[in-house]
Amino acid sequence: MPGAAPDVDGGDDPADDGVRIDMISGARMEGLTSMEKIRLILDGVREGNIVILEEGLSPDEESKLIEVTMTEISPDDFTGIEIETYPKPDSGSQSFLDRLMGRESTQKLTVIGPANRIETLHKDENLISTLVSRK
Amino acid sequence: MGLLTSLRDSISRVTDGLFAADEPKRIGIYGPPNAGKTTLANRIARDWTGDAVGPESHIPHETRRARRKENVEIERNGRKVTIDIVDTPGVTTKVDYKEFLDHDMDKEDAVRRSREATEGVAEAMHWLREDVDGVIYVLDSTTDPFTQVNTMLIGIIESQDLPALILANKTDLPESDVQQIANAFPQHETIPLSALEGENMDEVYTKIAEYFG
Repeated sequence: MPGAAPDVDGGDDPADDGVRIDMISGARMEGLTSMEKIRLILDGVREGNIVILEEGLSPDEESKLIEVTMTEISPDDFTGIEIETYPKPDSGSQSFLDRLMGRESTQKLTVIGPANRIETLHKDENLISTLVSRK
Repeated sequence: MGLLTSLRDSISRVTDGLFAADEPKRIGIYGPPNAGKTTLANRIARDWTGDAVGPESHIPHETRRARRKENVEIERNGRKVTIDIVDTPGVTTKVDYKEFLDHDMDKEDAVRRSREATEGVAEAMHWLREDVDGVIYVLDSTTDPFTQVNTMLIGIIESQDLPALILANKTDLPESDVQQIANAFPQHETIPLSALEGENMDEVYTKIAEYFG
């Protein structure tokens, strides 16, 4: 798949000793379709990784991410995702022309991880504090 | 979305509106699990049709299929609004069957309930993208509204340009804090209510007529 994260191989899986974090740049996500983005995220999360997106997803992609996540939940295997972003800034900051032209701003740092490994401790407009546990 | 797509959608919405002015608007009742969505749907349906929409429960994910009550006519200040109420499953990003074991269920029932819940959430998301004309977003005013599900869903609703009414439910409980919901979503009007006790339903119906009429 075009945007797939490279495997980290070479003997013992380093994720056994810690938590792997994939930080994905906006440039890497830019050329991907919605479903490619969702697969990139969910494939990483299902391996137990924490995925950080520099620029986040559009509302439509977030909606599809929830929908696809639901179809993949299975007992004793995958219980879903924890996802955190800052609340969207006031929509008044976006011009009508931007919205008309489809230039919807999705630039919001987004953290996504397996629901059983990431717990939000605190969240407000300016601070997200999460606890990430090992496997 | 590009310019042509936006224009086409805008024209489509206008023409749909012209030709379907008398059609009931499909209003989705959305929100996180246990916010009181079904209690509200039942309250509205009973007040205006005499029937209920579905069973209510304190166990999360009691509603696992979107349920529609059609042709609910609400009269307000001489104005009549006809809506179809769509009571949707509570939206979440995670479902663990083990949570249901705390509610006196055996594993088989808990796994079945969790599977139905995941299908229900996926269905609710699909309805939101494709099939509703407006949204009543119900929040439990005794809990923190700064959750990711709320942030995402409000963002999705706004991106679709759907009219949205935010209701701060459970004002009958002493821990209720309507102001924290108003603070979390300042771009929207927040209406307090207790769907269970029927408190402030007059204002809710006035707002439904105003937003969706």
